[in-house]
Amino acid sequence: MKLKSHVVSKGRAWGEALVSRQAISFLGSVDPISGVIIEKGHELAGISIKNRVLVFPYGKGSTVGSYRIYQLKKNGAAPSAMINIKAEPIVAVGAIIAGIPMVDSLEKNPFEVIRNGDKVLVDGTLGYVEIL
Amino acid sequence: MYLTREEERIYDGEKGTTLQKAMEILVALGDIYNADKLIPIKSAQIAGVSYKTIGDAGLDWISGLEGKVVVPSTLNPAGMDLVRWKEMGISEEFASKQKRIIHTYSQLGIARDCTCTPYYLENSPRYRDNLAWSESSAVSYANSVLGARTNREGGPSALAAALIGSTPRYGYHLDENREPKVLIQVEGGLQDSDYGALGAIVGGMIGDMVPLFRLETKPSLDELKALGAAMAASGAVALYHIENITPEARRYKEPEERITIEYHQIRGFYEDNSDVDIVALGCPHCSTRELIELASLLKDKKVKRELWICTSRAVKTRCRHLVKKIEASGARVFCDTCMVVSPACEGFKAMMVNSGKAHIYIPNLCKLRSVLADTQECVRTVLT
Repeated sequence: MKLKSHVVSKGRAWGEALVSRQAISFLGSVDPISGVIIEKGHELAGISIKNRVLVFPYGKGSTVGSYRIYQLKKNGAAPSAMINIKAEPIVAVGAIIAGIPMVDSLEKNPFEVIRNGDKVLVDGTLGYVEIL
Repeated sequence: MYLTREEERIYDGEKGTTLQKAMEILVALGDIYNADKLIPIKSAQIAGVSYKTIGDAGLDWISGLEGKVVVPSTLNPAGMDLVRWKEMGISEEFASKQKRIIHTYSQLGIARDCTCTPYYLENSPRYRDNLAWSESSAVSYANSVLGARTNREGGPSALAAALIGSTPRYGYHLDENREPKVLIQVEGGLQDSDYGALGAIVGGMIGDMVPLFRLETKPSLDELKALGAAMAASGAVALYHIENITPEARRYKEPEERITIEYHQIRGFYEDNSDVDIVALGCPHCSTRELIELASLLKDKKVKRELWICTSRAVKTRCRHLVKKIEASGARVFCDTCMVVSPACEGFKAMMVNSGKAHIYIPNLCKLRSVLADTQECVRTVLT
């Protein structure tokens, strides 16, 4: 399935989807070295986002989160790509400075068509997502 | 968002990777906020300066950037006085990293002015100037007191705007978003730290709405500075109006929604507690007028507890003689930093402040107890 999306951060990458219906705060909720979600009570707690196509509604928290995303990339623990329902500045800017492909506003609700483990391609340059 | 041909070329990488990334950031934000196009800015103020805030990751990213900013640009406060850091108890390791951050920004052509009060520097913004500023109290002052126009930028977005010379046209750059939506009627005669307390209360109530105040007293510029700073800290207020005081207040009709603040609510912020080991003033950074007042209060006196007074290096330089008088009392006038973003304050147990903003942030960011008092009480405390 190929879905048109709005471009947030350029680039092309694929990986296994990791889906969360909860917002993610990159400052405080993600361990910058391992990529493991450390926020107590989060539905992804204990799971690493490393190399996954991370699907979540939007980011939250401090603007320092943008630099945390960059740090994850430098540590080799970043997602390979990100899909949001609607991007907000912290994650959008973080994706851009880290060079992680990112899209939002898919033509179908990603939570209805992407499941954990699905092989997903994100093209942040042309603006589409392909579920392989 | 519409881009000119020149802007498209930058977005496609024809002017190099740094400018391409900068344009990508502006385009992403423009899309998030449904901006129609980019508009030129008069100046930028860049956040993400204290090593305590951006860490090694931030330093790493900015170190990879090339080129020069194309508009006058300044920095937010750093984590230490760039000259007297040792006296603040800052470690060699922190100082070395902090100096590298400042050096890296200055390589990009950004002035080494590390302050939350860039409106005290040369070329203060004028009415209707479009800016890309990022420190919340400075944004509030520029929008509300000066009638300039800026959104509350993040570090990378302000930097991107400074490199390109433009910002997406959304938020407070548009007339319709500057209209007040709630009337705040305040009872009582306020002075000094009362304005910071008022800001702390109102910000928490209204979030990021634009308020119109109706006051019984006429605040000074320093009191306006304190009001805006506290509202931006307890809430996310980036613009406020005050009847008969601020430049844009008369353009708008009275909002329908109303809140009344009674004087006892403001008094409730104060506690009679002088069990503090440090008094810190200058959040936001002191103006010349505030230094004059402090010099007068400390004349021929000696402090018995730590008194730190924070200001910009430009104001300190301009007021060299006043600062000498102040420091003769044993007080320390530090530049480039403040008690909130510097790790230097973490060694103390309790701090007295005259700033609503500092009172909000100190317990969480510095892990010490905070007591709010007016300026005279702060000085009285430090002399006993």
